[in-house]
Amino acid sequence: MSELRISDLRVEVETESGPKEILKGVNLTVRSGEVHAIMGPNGSGKSTLAYSIAGHPKYTITGGSVTLDGTELSTLTVDERARAGLFLAMQYPIEVPGVSVANFLRTAKTALSGEAPKVRTWVKDVNAALERVGLDGSFGARSLNEGFSGGEKKRNEIAQLELLNPKFAILDETDSGLDIDALRIVSEGVNRYTSQGDRGLLLITHYTRILNYIKPDFVHVFVDGHVVEEGGVELADRLEIEGYDRFVRAAKVDA
Amino acid sequence: MTVTAVPNVAEAVETTPESHLHPAASFDLADHPVPNGREEVWRFTPMRRLRGVFDDTPSQAHLDWHTTLPEGVVVREITTEEAIALGVPAPVDRPSALAVARAGGAMLVEVPAGLEVTEPVVVELVGTDAGTQVYGQVVFSIGAHARATIVLRHKGSTRYVSSVSVLVGEGANLAFVGLQDWADDTVHVGHVGMKIGRDARVRTVTASLGGSLVRLVETTEYDGPGGELEQFGLYFVDEGQHIEHRLFVDHNEPHTRSRVDYRGALQGEGAHSVWVGDVLIRAVAEGINTYETNKNLLLTDGCRADSVPNLEIETGEIEGAGHSSTTGRFDDEQLFYLRSRGIPEDEARRLVVHGFFADIIRRIGVPEVETRLLAAVEKELEVIVGPSAESATDTAEAAS
Repeated sequence: MSELRISDLRVEVETESGPKEILKGVNLTVRSGEVHAIMGPNGSGKSTLAYSIAGHPKYTITGGSVTLDGTELSTLTVDERARAGLFLAMQYPIEVPGVSVANFLRTAKTALSGEAPKVRTWVKDVNAALERVGLDGSFGARSLNEGFSGGEKKRNEIAQLELLNPKFAILDETDSGLDIDALRIVSEGVNRYTSQGDRGLLLITHYTRILNYIKPDFVHVFVDGHVVEEGGVELADRLEIEGYDRFVRAAKVDA
Repeated sequence: MTVTAVPNVAEAVETTPESHLHPAASFDLADHPVPNGREEVWRFTPMRRLRGVFDDTPSQAHLDWHTTLPEGVVVREITTEEAIALGVPAPVDRPSALAVARAGGAMLVEVPAGLEVTEPVVVELVGTDAGTQVYGQVVFSIGAHARATIVLRHKGSTRYVSSVSVLVGEGANLAFVGLQDWADDTVHVGHVGMKIGRDARVRTVTASLGGSLVRLVETTEYDGPGGELEQFGLYFVDEGQHIEHRLFVDHNEPHTRSRVDYRGALQGEGAHSVWVGDVLIRAVAEGINTYETNKNLLLTDGCRADSVPNLEIETGEIEGAGHSSTTGRFDDEQLFYLRSRGIPEDEARRLVVHGFFADIIRRIGVPEVETRLLAAVEKELEVIVGPSAESATDTAEAAS
């Protein structure tokens, strides 16, 4: 049993007018086997949460903690966090010219498991993972994300999720910009990952649409840098009907 | 070719680009006075390190020649007059004019018309003494509808003042690789002039790795409509090195194409690269298409990359024209992405730099050269990636 525990997490970002606090005390615990959805309006700090857990240099943790099985993540480098079992599927995956998908995946797998994967089975595994998300074998030889469509980039993220199989995955708006077919394919990949039973998932999304395919155990409403309401899947249904207005207005009153 | 006498030829083939960026090309030394360093085309060059290059120091010295010639390819010596009569592009500056005037004739490498060779033609020129000035003229002539890969590789120590001409016949298909693989004490100043025949296709790769100072002017003109040029370049500039590539593509014929992509990595105090990419689209050059790009990766403090693309357009009746230039440090987002998958920082840097150059290296098509260049990339990386990653870890541990 693994546990990703976020306690009173406070995060700042540097802006032109000085540091600005984006996360204002986030509390959230994800255990292996659980699917958590974080839902919130644009600008509420959802992506900041994802990136600061992963260790993006743009964000500074000023208070609180994030631990993975007791290890404080903020003391680890970006790659050490990944090797500790964390994975972030990005909203805008980065293009890396001249680095092939296959080479990238082999390097990542080697770094994560401490030994190079067996050549014979690995090539097969990579092609199978790409094909499961609807990317044909030619993608292995292509430069990482370069010239990929938005949908292809997201599929590639999910292929990585399945191949690298981390303990905990954070999906940052993986559903945004996907057409209905791509959304279904991506969701199926995520469900294959969670169906192993001992993986934890933090699904960050703006829309309830993806929750038709991925069933969360817990839903957290995220407004103004912290969780304002928690519940089960029924909370998502309410959001579908009512929108975020009620929470946004409440947050303004508090402020 | 109807002209034979030298003075007349000089008149006849003299081209005068309207461009203010390029002095008139000419075989006549008198047209190329000794520059003072303030001229547009010399302003980036450390002139003090070029002592002896401009002042007509006499020399009979030559570089050692080693050639690998597929069957049917011929190498022979020709006179300066014969070289000019072949229609080689005129010298663009004083060093290249000196190279033609003082080399005492040229080496001609001929791929006869219609010949298709699969094995590369390899010409290796080796310098043996950094104190000796050498003038050299080399002419590559690729006959009509021939197909060939040519590797011109420079090695060793010397002060080399060169003129290289590449004459590509109509419908020919040429891959031309120019390697500046010099020892650290070499100075090389030269002109590579290319003339592309009607409907010919040319792909070039210029790789400058070694040398104390390398300054190449690479010019392209077309000898008929429909010619296509793909020009790739890569350079690694280390501490104290000056590597300069000045390109000029003269779209003097309609429906011609050019694609230029040069990439460099710099590291160490005083590492200096210069890339100038000039394109002239003449009024007659309707329906042409051109794009130029230069990317520089600054791996450490203390290095400098000058990158200047210029586009002069004399007709709007073209298919497309553009250019771009970027110079910067490692892309933090790329490193973050790779590291977020567990790849350690040094390995991530290695991947990014490797990828930056592999994009170009894989287009060379000569395995031996590709291996050599990939090894050179690895060697560059050792300097920055290995030790710096180690010391970063040490610092972090010391701090905690």
